[in-house]
Amino acid sequence: MLYAIETQEITKHFDEITAVNKVSISVKPGELFGLLGPNGAGKTTLIHMLSTMTEPSSGSAKVWGYDVALEPGSVRQNIGVVFQDTTLDDRLTGRENLDLHGRLYGLDGKTRKKRIEEVLSLVELADRADVIVKTYSGGMMRRLEIARGLMHHPHVLFLDEPTLGLDPQTRLHIWEYIKKLNKEEGVSIVLTTHYMEEADHLCNRIAIIDNGEIVALDTPEALKNSLGGDVITLELEKPDDISRLCEIYQKNGCANIVSKKMNEVFITVKNGERQIPHILSLASTAGISIQSVSLRKPTLDDVFIHHTGRAIRDKEVSEIETVGYKIRSRRK
Amino acid sequence: MVSASVNRAVQTVYTMWLREMIRFSRSKSRIIGALATPLFFLVILGAGFSSSFQVRGGGAFDKSYLAPGLIGMSVLFASLMGGVSIIWDREFGFLKEILIAPVSRFFVALGKAIGGVTTAMIQGILIMIIAWLIGVHYVSIWGVLAAIVIMFISGIGFMGLGIALASKIDSHEGFQMVMSFLTMPLVLLSGAFFPISNLPVWLKALVYANPLTYGVEALRFCLLGSSTIPILLSVFVLLIFAIAMTALGGKLFGKMRV
Repeated sequence: MLYAIETQEITKHFDEITAVNKVSISVKPGELFGLLGPNGAGKTTLIHMLSTMTEPSSGSAKVWGYDVALEPGSVRQNIGVVFQDTTLDDRLTGRENLDLHGRLYGLDGKTRKKRIEEVLSLVELADRADVIVKTYSGGMMRRLEIARGLMHHPHVLFLDEPTLGLDPQTRLHIWEYIKKLNKEEGVSIVLTTHYMEEADHLCNRIAIIDNGEIVALDTPEALKNSLGGDVITLELEKPDDISRLCEIYQKNGCANIVSKKMNEVFITVKNGERQIPHILSLASTAGISIQSVSLRKPTLDDVFIHHTGRAIRDKEVSEIETVGYKIRSRRK
Repeated sequence: MVSASVNRAVQTVYTMWLREMIRFSRSKSRIIGALATPLFFLVILGAGFSSSFQVRGGGAFDKSYLAPGLIGMSVLFASLMGGVSIIWDREFGFLKEILIAPVSRFFVALGKAIGGVTTAMIQGILIMIIAWLIGVHYVSIWGVLAAIVIMFISGIGFMGLGIALASKIDSHEGFQMVMSFLTMPLVLLSGAFFPISNLPVWLKALVYANPLTYGVEALRFCLLGSSTIPILLSVFVLLIFAIAMTALGGKLFGKMRV
């Protein structure tokens, strides 16, 4: 088997909305693969299809060699899933949650006992294992869910927004666990996130997804390098000057325009430090006054902006509005 | 291969049952609450009724008459509640954990049903014991054992109904509605609180269309030795109800999306 996951033009429609549109990706065994995109981009729907929770409308997908539509049972036996919202039984203790999971996946008593200790120590929850889950903090619950997802030695682990709603310190801890289990358990991991630092820090490869389509797919380094150097942000005094300025830069061929926003222009150049004077002099020659200049290394957010024309965060606001609208219209 | 899948099915049913049992043992206040209501009815209504009414034909209308009805009522509450608790599982997410597991949905539902019915039977048996302690007289030990079997059969039926409803209800607001629009009429129209031999026609039709009536009548026969509806008819109706509701609940749960 070549790939842990292989999809071919997998698609999902909900009524008139296309949540996932002809996505073809392949994930190698042992890889830590990220799906990065704003809320509502289709990440969760894609994970739901790969984990047999939702049937694809068209296209196909194989997980660990099994077709998700034809052999859902075999797929389920080979995957672990940590959903966005908690799926623990909060009246049970941590250990009981793990034990029930082991039973449902057909592990015998001895294996369960041994495995429970292993996964508990992996996420450092051994000392709280016999306490009712209701008393756990958000971070502990997430760790317990990750441990539970690993109970039955899955080959592929899906993590849907594993650090959503956690404080920054807890987030760092979860990152460590994810890296550790990827290495120690050798499990292939597919995680979705809308935090670019998370994707950047954790993933071997990242697929940037927007409106149900993959717009870019590569290693974090390659994605950032694809922008062609450092990012310079220019803030203009008059927004009207933007298109004129872009034209001048393009004519000179000195910079690659990434995007424009209000009165800001994002451009990428090689050796940014040395290019700034030249870029500023071009502007002043044309009589365009610039209020501020900043230079930084590109982030995945810049990559996202480059491919979609807007920042991940811009999208979120409008997404929340549309979701609200959808809910309202469904209630009618 | 066959024995492996049988093994897996048994394991699934047992796992779901085990979970219900652990949860039941942790909810002591719920158990006390579930026992308190029928006991108030038994003691207060029993004392109040017996001082003023008599069943036509001479029998005393007292706590002994009420006991089978109240056992039936608590089995109804507990098993319907057990089925509808799937809504809670969905709301708190645990349902996803079950539905993503490589096990048959049918055996998941069956395990949950047997777990819920076990709790219903425990409650029914506790009320039966307490009623005996405060002076309700049962005809024989065999009758008591038969009553436990009746609790099981009617429990399965209402459990299936609960699972079927839960698969169709979206929220726990809907659940509140079902509870008030379903349980109270079922209890009041079951003959738990009044003899069903001399009812007006419209009421008689409703009472005889109510599955709980047959549960209460069967319990009354087993525990007190006589009933209006013949015991064989009651058992027959209860069995049909249990089979039909299990099939319906299993089917709707199989189609359920999270």
